[in-house]
Amino acid sequence: MRLVASMAFAAAALFGAAAQAQTSVKIGVLTDMSSLYADDTGPGSVAAAKMAVDDFNPAAHGLKVEIVSADHQNKPDIGSNIARQWFDVDHVDVIVDVPNSGVALAVSDVTREKNKVFLVSGAAISDLTGPKCSPNTIHWTYDTWMLANSTGKSVVKTGGDTWFFLTSDYAFGHALERDTTAVVLANGGKVLGSVSHPLNNQDFSSFLLQAQQSKAKIIGLANAGGDTINAIKQGAEFGITAGGQHFAGLLVFIGDVEALGLKTAQGLVLTETFYWDMNDATRAWTKRWQVQRPGKFPTMNQAGVYSAITHYLKAVAALKSAADGKAVVAQMKAIPTDDPLFGKGMVRADGRKIHPAYLFEVKSPAELKYPGDDYKLRATVPAAEAFRPMKDDNCPMVTN
Amino acid sequence: MFEIFGIPSQALFGQLLLGLINGSFYALLSLGLAVIFGMLNIINFTHGAQYMMGAFVAYMLLQYLGLNYWAALVIVPILVGATGIAIERLFLKRLQKLDHLYGLILTFGLALIIEGLFRNYYGSSGQPYAMPESLRGGRNLGFMFLPNYRAWVIVFSLTVCLATWFAIERTRLGSYLRAATENPTLVRAFGINVPRMVTLTYGFGVGLAALAGVMAAPIYNVSPQMGSDLIIVVFAVVVIGGMGSIMGAIITGFVLGIVEGLTKVFFPEASSTVIFVIMVIVLLIRPAGMFGRSA
Amino acid sequence: MQSAAEAPVMPVRRETTPSVGVAFAAMVALLAAAPFVVYPIFLMKALCFALFACAFNLLIGYVGLVSFGHALYFGWASYLCAYAAKSWGMEPGLAVIVGTATAAVLGVIAGSIAIRRQGIYFAMITLALAQMMYFFALRAPLTSGEDGIQAVPRGRLFGVFDLTDDMTMYGVVLVVVLAAFVFIYRIINSPFGEVLKAIRENEQRAISLGYQTDRYKLVAFVLSAALAGLAGSLKALVFQLASLTDVHWTMSGEVVLMTLVGGLGTLFGPVVGAFLIIAMENYLAPFGQWVLVIQGAIFVVCVLVFRRGIVGELANRLRVAL
Repeated sequence: MRLVASMAFAAAALFGAAAQAQTSVKIGVLTDMSSLYADDTGPGSVAAAKMAVDDFNPAAHGLKVEIVSADHQNKPDIGSNIARQWFDVDHVDVIVDVPNSGVALAVSDVTREKNKVFLVSGAAISDLTGPKCSPNTIHWTYDTWMLANSTGKSVVKTGGDTWFFLTSDYAFGHALERDTTAVVLANGGKVLGSVSHPLNNQDFSSFLLQAQQSKAKIIGLANAGGDTINAIKQGAEFGITAGGQHFAGLLVFIGDVEALGLKTAQGLVLTETFYWDMNDATRAWTKRWQVQRPGKFPTMNQAGVYSAITHYLKAVAALKSAADGKAVVAQMKAIPTDDPLFGKGMVRADGRKIHPAYLFEVKSPAELKYPGDDYKLRATVPAAEAFRPMKDDNCPMVTN
Repeated sequence: MFEIFGIPSQALFGQLLLGLINGSFYALLSLGLAVIFGMLNIINFTHGAQYMMGAFVAYMLLQYLGLNYWAALVIVPILVGATGIAIERLFLKRLQKLDHLYGLILTFGLALIIEGLFRNYYGSSGQPYAMPESLRGGRNLGFMFLPNYRAWVIVFSLTVCLATWFAIERTRLGSYLRAATENPTLVRAFGINVPRMVTLTYGFGVGLAALAGVMAAPIYNVSPQMGSDLIIVVFAVVVIGGMGSIMGAIITGFVLGIVEGLTKVFFPEASSTVIFVIMVIVLLIRPAGMFGRSA
Repeated sequence: MQSAAEAPVMPVRRETTPSVGVAFAAMVALLAAAPFVVYPIFLMKALCFALFACAFNLLIGYVGLVSFGHALYFGWASYLCAYAAKSWGMEPGLAVIVGTATAAVLGVIAGSIAIRRQGIYFAMITLALAQMMYFFALRAPLTSGEDGIQAVPRGRLFGVFDLTDDMTMYGVVLVVVLAAFVFIYRIINSPFGEVLKAIRENEQRAISLGYQTDRYKLVAFVLSAALAGLAGSLKALVFQLASLTDVHWTMSGEVVLMTLVGGLGTLFGPVVGAFLIIAMENYLAPFGQWVLVIQGAIFVVCVLVFRRGIVGELANRLRVAL
């Protein structure tokens, strides 16, 4: 009897030790699965997350990784409730993506409270590395400052010196309008007016009418996803370009260009930090991604999810634990980043991931050689200049 | 180009026109609601969802069967009207003896089901619907650029509204309808099949909603929520106009659309609430509505 | 809800019946033990909605007025409480009072307008007023529109109880909700409550007996609005967020659903209904928009075959008052 018991005890101890050797990590992809940002993030982000985990080969690093996903429906209360439940009840260690800056701000607060990790790939608001910076949050992929200083500056410099803004009425739209206005004014341009429209708006006619009235050369679209698509399409109906005005798509993804079609979108100048057709590595990755998302092309947000999770897993493997969010983020800032999609980069002290930005112009239908061949590269902004300098951040973590 | 109260005429007429277009939809929808309420004494909360169904069925006809806008204008109201008849037979008939508010709750539930199903399948951002070729483009009127399609919307909805009014107020069938509303038992005694009239009237009202949906498809992206936010504004329109008369519903719809358009010019922040504010004022002065019979 | 053809609720007895006492004791015991087993945040959400539904039930079950715009009071109280706690730095107890007072004021204004009509028109007017305030919330700087008021501090109640601890917060919410529940019970079983029930049964007769029914209806309306506001204020502190969802018409629809499912005009119905619906939504959350479909289906089924609701059916079978 005693022999059996001690053998059982020994077996249990061995088993326990073996189980102990593997660190458990749970990744939550919180995204927009059904609304205006679903094509630019959504299921494509989940696909990218799965690829990141598979490519990392967790078992070889002593990790056991699980992915869960949910739809925040662009509502801060739903987003923050899911985040809270994930952290409190479901043992999720890191939340990734979160398009919609309002939701991202709410999730960032919850993450800091619970000392977990938040990797923002989808949201743009530059305040996430500014006044709202947090030791638990890293802002990946892009932000409104970068967009304003790339697309905005380029448009002003090529003669678009009077602007009228069509702004999505929430955190993102206002931040984008604010950052772009600063750039326009700094480069000698003028802002003639602006109008806010509700998120996920279907009818832009009265706003476009106001834009036409202003006689501004450039109608700055401080919105994204479905809103941008609708504004541009309805602009065509109202003869905006025929009247001599141009749209500046301050945030445009390749998914939007595909939805608009090259005939409508040609000539649009935009900034992305990833393009599927950039080099062999990105092309190979895209082919694998398209197995899960046939007929679509990956946006920078979805690529950002892959890149962020890869780097996160490296940090967790080094620390052998995902429990302390601040520690993991500190480790992610300590090691330089390297992945096939964004190349070499680093994460700054304020939580800003640094990599180059690319100014693209949408091709005309005549220039299209194969599906997805939508962009031509106009300029590359080096990593050091692409993002707001830390001294201008107003981030409490940095100035203290 | 001249200025009125500091606003350039171009802006004013542009927004007025857009207001007239919105008014066309308000008129069509409140007409349908008024017709249904007149016959069944039920507020058809599903009206918004049926409007949305009209737009989606038009989209599906184009997407899967290649049937164009003009075919849709005819087919869609019949199809969706048929679902309306089914709803009336299956659900609303059973509620006739109950308090009218149960009807409101039931139709509210049906609206949720329909919206949820479409949202599940199509997501909650819009589907594109191509504008019919013959109505593309527009003309420059000098004080604004008028897209052809929007002009068509105004003309067509006016026609439908007036035709409906004529049918109800000036034809024999319409007189049966109006009589059955006031005294169904007596009308039945004359040998007229009142239950069937009720069913068909509900179907007709639903068909009107679906027609509005088809007309909305090319300009307001086809999305599952398009009905629910619109229907509450239409409720306010109906309260303002009063449920008493068909013509009242039509006039109120157009007028309120124009008022909304004017508000967008002079006081843009209030544009989404102005109709409700007017409703409050009307209720304080004339509780039965502008054209309503006494409460 | 007046109708010659069918009275939608059964007569309620006047005195404290043993069944009510037993049910209340059981409810308190369950709720006191629950947070040790179930996720407290979920429970607090259910409690807030239970209070919201009880407030709504006061109007529909005992006065016969269907308000389709109750989210107005719930949501705006939530906003004002959040704003008071965050931007004015108020202590949570005061913030909740600010929220509840806001709801009461809105109730007075909306009630005076809506009471002018009856039945369906009353419902439509409440809906339209709520929608007007929704659009106002969309643009007002106070509410931060789509983003909502975030990072609302829970603070220390009376400077003593640290509400950032979920269990402490739960205790406070439970106490407040139970107190409000008892308060509603006292209203219903008072002379004032009897007049309300008389108005529901036959308003003309009540008027002929000399009661100023409009005044009674208005008071009931304001009480209902204030209690809904109390629920909203608590919710803002629990989730540390006040958003547009709280003023949207779907929120008004949800509270109708909860009360209908639980049982109109019963004491415990709204509580049961709230817990049930919140649990269902939680369970179905991964399934996206099916929640809407199922809610709609429950509405339809309830109206057609299950008008008494769960507690109503139970009370009917057991022949007690609940």
